[in-house]
Amino acid sequence: MSKLLQLFSTMTISCLLAFAVQAGPIDTYTFPDEVTKKRFNELTYELRCPKCQNQNLADSNSPIAQDLRKEVYDMLIDGRSDGEIMTFMVERYGEFVLYRPRVSSITYALWFGPIVFVLIGGFVVFMFVRRKDDEPEHLSEEQKQQLKSILKD
Amino acid sequence: MKILIRLIPLVLFILLGVLLYRGLFLNPQAMPSALVGKTFPEFSLTRLSNQQQTLSNADFKPGIKLVNVWATWCPSCKVEHPFLVKLSKDKRFSLYGINYKDNRSDAKKWLKFYKDPYQFSIFDDAGRLGLNLGVFGAPETFVVDHKGVIRKRFAGVLEPRVWQREFLPLINTIETEMMQGK
Repeated sequence: MSKLLQLFSTMTISCLLAFAVQAGPIDTYTFPDEVTKKRFNELTYELRCPKCQNQNLADSNSPIAQDLRKEVYDMLIDGRSDGEIMTFMVERYGEFVLYRPRVSSITYALWFGPIVFVLIGGFVVFMFVRRKDDEPEHLSEEQKQQLKSILKD
Repeated sequence: MKILIRLIPLVLFILLGVLLYRGLFLNPQAMPSALVGKTFPEFSLTRLSNQQQTLSNADFKPGIKLVNVWATWCPSCKVEHPFLVKLSKDKRFSLYGINYKDNRSDAKKWLKFYKDPYQFSIFDDAGRLGLNLGVFGAPETFVVDHKGVIRKRFAGVLEPRVWQREFLPLINTIETEMMQGK
């Protein structure tokens, strides 16, 4: 009985996995070589679908994502560089299409904000800690001995 | 000094809080177009009503142009259509359509049935012009000034309130610029 159950659960899981693999949109593009294929995958992974807002081009099935994937493919076949393709997209859809926005005056806060926050936080913590490890000076020699023996236990 | 250092985290926390709180109420669809301030992209496509006739930028009338992206597969386009028919009577600008990734005969039937508010509709079958305009759906409306520069891009249904608030002031501005000969 338990064997049967195990078999059944294994089958269910493998079915689910099979579906999971097929969940992405299917395009039938043929690539001249593995490098181009890899670049296509990387570009569609890095570019955001303008309509669906929080999916990349590779994941989305919306018509505009299909069009843009086609566009990326055509440009790759055309021999354009990754940078050119990115610029093409940004010129039309704005910085929004980039999941990793470029460093520019409007994205400084985004890029360097976290570092500034960590630095300020570190500074504040440092100021507090430094004050704390001063040894209490108002204790007499006897009291200090007592304190040490208590801490030893 | 001590109190100031203690206050830094609190101040930062409040600033971050305000920023994120404001972010909650932003409309993610209302992203600014990358094309505002650029000239309307070059195109050479057929006229919807006549596939023998090729249209290009030169076919736009001088003056202010309103370019509306529409399609029969787009339910919101049906919603905004009566308002476009009304707008087409305004003499201050001319209204053009881009029939985006649609079927020619369906689109022609639609215009016959619901009235045609456009000077002409560009038949953008493959969505090439749409792509160059950064269109990601329909309906979308662009305001193009007398110099052919895109001044506004609006994604969504054009309705009287939006028109009053966002379009009319811009059209007034462009008219003033035209009068000043800018």
